[in-house]
Amino acid sequence: MRVEVWFRDEIGDGRTARVLAALRAGGVPDLHAVRIRDVYLVAGVRGLRPRDLVKLVCDPVAQQASVRATPAGPAPPWDVLLEVAARPGVADPVATSLRGALRSILGLTVPDAALVQTARQYLLYGGGLRAVPQQVLGGLYNPLIQSALTIAARQWWEGRRPPGIYPAAGGAARRRAAAAGRADRVPVAGMSDARLTSLSEQRLLALSLAEMQAIRDHYRTPATRERRRAAGIGDAATDVELEMLAQTWSEHCKHKIFNAAIEYRAGDRVERIDSLFDTCIRATTRAVDPGDGFLRSVFHDNSGVIEFDADTLLCFKAETHNSPSALDPYGGAITGIVGVNRDIIGTGRGARPIFNTNVLCFAPPDLPDVPAGLLPPRQVLDGVHRGIVDGGNQSGIPTVAGAVLFDASFVGKPLVFCGTGGILPAHLDGAPSWQAEARAGDRAVMVGGRIGRDGIHGATFSSLALDETSPLSAVQIGDPIVQKKMADFLLEARDLGLYRAITDNGAGGLSSSFGEMAQACGGVRLELERAPLKYPGLAPWEILVSESQERMSLAVPPEHYDALAELAARREVEIADLGAFTADGTVELRYAGELVGLLDLQFLHHGLPKMKLRAVWQPPVPPAVDAAHTPPAPQQVLPSLLADPNIASKEPLVRQYDHEVQALTVGKPFVGAQMDGPGDGAVLRPRPDSTRAITVTHGICPWYSAHDAYHMAMCAVDEAVRGHVACGGDPDRMAGLDNFCWPDPVAGPDNPEGEFLLAQLVRAARGLAEACLAYRLPLISGKDSMKNNAVVDGRRIAVLPTLLVSVLGIMADLRRAPSTDFKQPGDLICVVGDDRGELGATAYARLLAAAGGALPIAAAQRHCPTVDARAAMRRYRLLHRAIAAGWVNAAHDLSDGGLAVALAECAIGARLGARIDLAHVPVAADPANDAALANATSSSNASAQTNSAGAADAGVDPDRGEVYESPGADARGVSGAATCDGTQCGSGLASGPGAPSGASEARSVARVSAATPGRPARMSGSAAPAEHGTEHRSSGVDPVPRYSTGMRAGLDEVLGVAHRRAGLLFSESAGRLLVTVPPALVPRMTELFRGEPCAVVGEVTGDGVVTVLDGGKPVAAWPVADLVRAWKTPI
Amino acid sequence: MNAGVRVCIITGFGINTDREMATAFELAGAQAVRLHVNDLTANPGALDRCAIFVVPGGFSFGDHVGSGALLAALLMRALREPLARFVDRGGLVLGVCNGFQVLVRMGLVPGVGSAGAGSPGVGFGASAAQSVALVHNDSGRFEDRWVRVAFDPASPCVWTRGIGALDLPVRHGEGKLVASEAQLAAIDAAHLGAARYAAADAAKETADAGVARYTAPDPAPSTEAGTPLPYPANPNGSLRNLAGLCDPTGQVFGLMPHPEAFLYRYHHPAWRHAPPAAGAALDEAALGLFRNAVRRAGAS
Repeated sequence: MRVEVWFRDEIGDGRTARVLAALRAGGVPDLHAVRIRDVYLVAGVRGLRPRDLVKLVCDPVAQQASVRATPAGPAPPWDVLLEVAARPGVADPVATSLRGALRSILGLTVPDAALVQTARQYLLYGGGLRAVPQQVLGGLYNPLIQSALTIAARQWWEGRRPPGIYPAAGGAARRRAAAAGRADRVPVAGMSDARLTSLSEQRLLALSLAEMQAIRDHYRTPATRERRRAAGIGDAATDVELEMLAQTWSEHCKHKIFNAAIEYRAGDRVERIDSLFDTCIRATTRAVDPGDGFLRSVFHDNSGVIEFDADTLLCFKAETHNSPSALDPYGGAITGIVGVNRDIIGTGRGARPIFNTNVLCFAPPDLPDVPAGLLPPRQVLDGVHRGIVDGGNQSGIPTVAGAVLFDASFVGKPLVFCGTGGILPAHLDGAPSWQAEARAGDRAVMVGGRIGRDGIHGATFSSLALDETSPLSAVQIGDPIVQKKMADFLLEARDLGLYRAITDNGAGGLSSSFGEMAQACGGVRLELERAPLKYPGLAPWEILVSESQERMSLAVPPEHYDALAELAARREVEIADLGAFTADGTVELRYAGELVGLLDLQFLHHGLPKMKLRAVWQPPVPPAVDAAHTPPAPQQVLPSLLADPNIASKEPLVRQYDHEVQALTVGKPFVGAQMDGPGDGAVLRPRPDSTRAITVTHGICPWYSAHDAYHMAMCAVDEAVRGHVACGGDPDRMAGLDNFCWPDPVAGPDNPEGEFLLAQLVRAARGLAEACLAYRLPLISGKDSMKNNAVVDGRRIAVLPTLLVSVLGIMADLRRAPSTDFKQPGDLICVVGDDRGELGATAYARLLAAAGGALPIAAAQRHCPTVDARAAMRRYRLLHRAIAAGWVNAAHDLSDGGLAVALAECAIGARLGARIDLAHVPVAADPANDAALANATSSSNASAQTNSAGAADAGVDPDRGEVYESPGADARGVSGAATCDGTQCGSGLASGPGAPSGASEARSVARVSAATPGRPARMSGSAAPAEHGTEHRSSGVDPVPRYSTGMRAGLDEVLGVAHRRAGLLFSESAGRLLVTVPPALVPRMTELFRGEPCAVVGEVTGDGVVTVLDGGKPVAAWPVADLVRAWKTPI
Repeated sequence: MNAGVRVCIITGFGINTDREMATAFELAGAQAVRLHVNDLTANPGALDRCAIFVVPGGFSFGDHVGSGALLAALLMRALREPLARFVDRGGLVLGVCNGFQVLVRMGLVPGVGSAGAGSPGVGFGASAAQSVALVHNDSGRFEDRWVRVAFDPASPCVWTRGIGALDLPVRHGEGKLVASEAQLAAIDAAHLGAARYAAADAAKETADAGVARYTAPDPAPSTEAGTPLPYPANPNGSLRNLAGLCDPTGQVFGLMPHPEAFLYRYHHPAWRHAPPAAGAALDEAALGLFRNAVRRAGAS
């Protein structure tokens, strides 16, 4: 039976405008109309009357339907008919719902063999189209997961029609049914190295020779042989065992690179690192754990757990879903979301997801020359975005925070970071909720969807580079509605105490979930034939490692199983009792009574040999700069920066995310007078009876990796922490997630860059640790994704090495939360934190780079942004006191685009003007730099490019961030916290034509440095835990600001006025915020910030113009309306 | 004082705003019970113990074959008679967003038909067939944004009585209300268009003091037919700016915007910009709607 449904002509179909616009943009300008028909196909359901089906699927007021027993279809005048349907075996959530409705609403019997399918028909009108052009197809379907049938008008008249039903899923599977249930034997014990290697390749095990050798050696040991003979399974390994080992030992699950033994070489120095995870992450969290119960569970569970208040805990986790999103952007993204949701549902005794985050990195939509085999960036963006819209919205979980970044490198792989936060009561039945362990004797129960061949080898596939042969079976499509149903059921079951432990079925399926749970009690025994299947024909190993979605695994006390099953039936959720947890130290896998797998639990989890890797650091080559060229006028630069897709408003995308379902969100993505200004992060109020709140913020700055991944990592941490503080969060109550996405850092003949990429990873991990120690930021969970490059025609396209830091923090009183938008004219604008004129790798530098050639940037400004984290933390604590006291009306971090963009954003949010004077912006200076600066500048004046000289002389200290110029004097004795002296920075506030009113009290705020001018005491790194490389730690943060004490006058001399102003306006030197304070409160701010770089730079105005002066001289002025227009440039 | 008023809020199958809906009614003084659809259909008598029945928003059955279609069909199949009795004895019904779509599909709102209002629908009790529809937004997109909603003071709706206007979030992809001209005229004549999208006061849109939208009882809004307001004031292209409908008894009310998402001032995206004069109204948020219902239910 085929039912086609469409909207009546007089009603119209809102979807068509969007489709038409996309197709026209995709290069089919002649198309003048599109009509959409939803198609429902059913076969094999006895008693289904066409009119009952129509009643279900057709709105009688708005729609019309046609029913045909045999295919007919709509007669032209359309030019081409395109019908898109899911490929056999690919999940189709609409069909799933319809199948259920036939049963529950129409009361019919729907046998498993019945076919229920959906399709979407596009009728294209225009230009005498004969076929569907490729670019149109690309926008409407993905050949990996969907089939597309096209019928031209002529063919229709010749009798061609769409089918009455599409081929059944699992047809191939049925043909293979004879093989189902059998396990192959693989005699690994006797294999040569060459055969081991080819076995790994052929079976897609993704294991190295060393790992295969470890497996071989295990099967050779007398103990193993004896146990296997006694059990009657024989000497040879089974395919079930090999697949389980490969899955458990995959990079995805065991993080082999982060746990590797690394030989790190920098210049002449060689260092050995035993596990970046242990030394940089675990040890860091241990060192900063406040020890008061704030951290409840870190690293070992599905997400990290912290305390919200005495009764309530929070958990947080972020994952990436990059490879699947590269192949099927929609399915990849949606599966990423529902997957990380399950991590929350599977945390402790089970938490309830309360927010989602997503950070997306794409190639620019207009990128020319996309390599063959990779999807066009526009298609990736659209698909991922739709996936996030559906995944979050349909789950009823608000998408509260995130970011979208664009860089050409992400054509190699898009990065799709999906995060979820959850809430759980601190205690359940009087027992701690954050701990949950299976006990021997508990039933091993699977809950949720059925198992198909989808997602087989997903875990191992994500551990391989993307190439033309990437397996289709690795693609899955999550169904948020099925999962929502399951999640609701599980929360009920949790509160009734019906299960003891829970974990999710994600990568690796049952193998992973039960394999992990078994560690608590010492074993598990599964009867694989009891697992419900989508279609027959799966081999035992496929059942074990399938990644079919919407499933959880439970440990259920036997006495509760019946009650659990009864509740599941009432909630229409499928559960299956697959076996039992044991204590005999083995994983025992049976199929229809036959033993098909017997693995030693100890070997499974601890038999993996440590990976040994080499890292070789090469000092960065500084960008070519040419100070002789005058930079473009700021008047033109700011609107261009605001229109940069990386900075421009993402409102058209983000408005499509439900960001306030559950009614917890009080700090929304868009803030301000017209509710369209950018927020720094989300604020959530989990309990209506308390004003205690949560903040959610991110830091990500992959471009800085091109200079030094160490600074990239530090700045990412800083940005997330700073956002938390700007939202009003307590800097002493926060927890972080680290998500690394790297191009393959394992060197090989086909990956010559591997050693350098690994060195970058080492430096990033150390930057992360350094910053987290300074900010006392515990890392409670994290993930790494290490194969983020495409291989096309033997060429590697690698993403920028990227670290995402997500911070979940606590705010004592949400009523004090400032937002980024200005609040009232007359408020004074302060800049907290000092500028170091760092323009390298900034949005400004990227804008200039688009013009080609050497950048018109002064040599002293070409370093990438850095942060003195300890000094910044001091200021964040002070600022938090000011916010908590209610002094601060607006707070915004200075990040992409620096002070100029931050100022514009605050003005846009309020539709208010501002007037600032650059002369008052706090600038860090370092006398040790005088000589270097003079040298660098003279050399840059002498030759057009200074990069070669700079690289040769680079003051490279492999233990800390790189610098380009030798600091000359003893760099190690100089603190980045050094500041300019008061007379230069604080003066002149009230002078000049642009001086703000009410500024007289403000003068004293401007700057008082407590440090002795010149050589202040350096911050000590002594807080570092012993596990860290001590030499590395002792250096503290990058100690070399590029500016000298010459400061304003000096900089004008050596840099020129234009370069100095560019630095002040567009530098992304980290650790800085812009805040507004009513004039009357300025004296108190002055007192609070004594000795710190915090200065009044101007005031909020009611004239609707953002004006920038420099020592009273006009530099630029923009009507806010112009800034709004620029910022709202469509991406 | 109305703790005796029991509110039945259904859950399950993708409904996802049941918790905040319960909070809303509790803040309004009632006792809220979240009940799984299957538990209610297995025991329809549960309705008899409640004064208010709520179909909250969400994505029931994923909106997979039409927004609200499957949940409406399920409720029609299992609860047709009990719900008819419930309304007859004075019970109040609220449907928000997806719940509104369900009420529309069931024909519960506007509850009056007109000739030519489409093919024979599923019909509810003896009262009405589906006579209006909620279709894809003109933008073709799901959107989450706050809009001004004005309530018709002449409407029989018991939920909106005395409330002039509110800012509320819309969060839907299929909220454009369509109906035949005759049906729209019937709705207007009986003042069943209880809620309409409204232009925010122009004075409040100016940037002068950063004052933007805030909750305030506006003067009686115009209920003229008129052309739709421009996007985004009318976020979906609804005919006659219709945002919500009641039935002729005024007991049954459905709307696309989410009153349960505005329970205190901090929910409003521009709460920091509210002038002091707006304080009290801002603190009341959208609770007035719930208080109206609880008061009425407690009195009857």
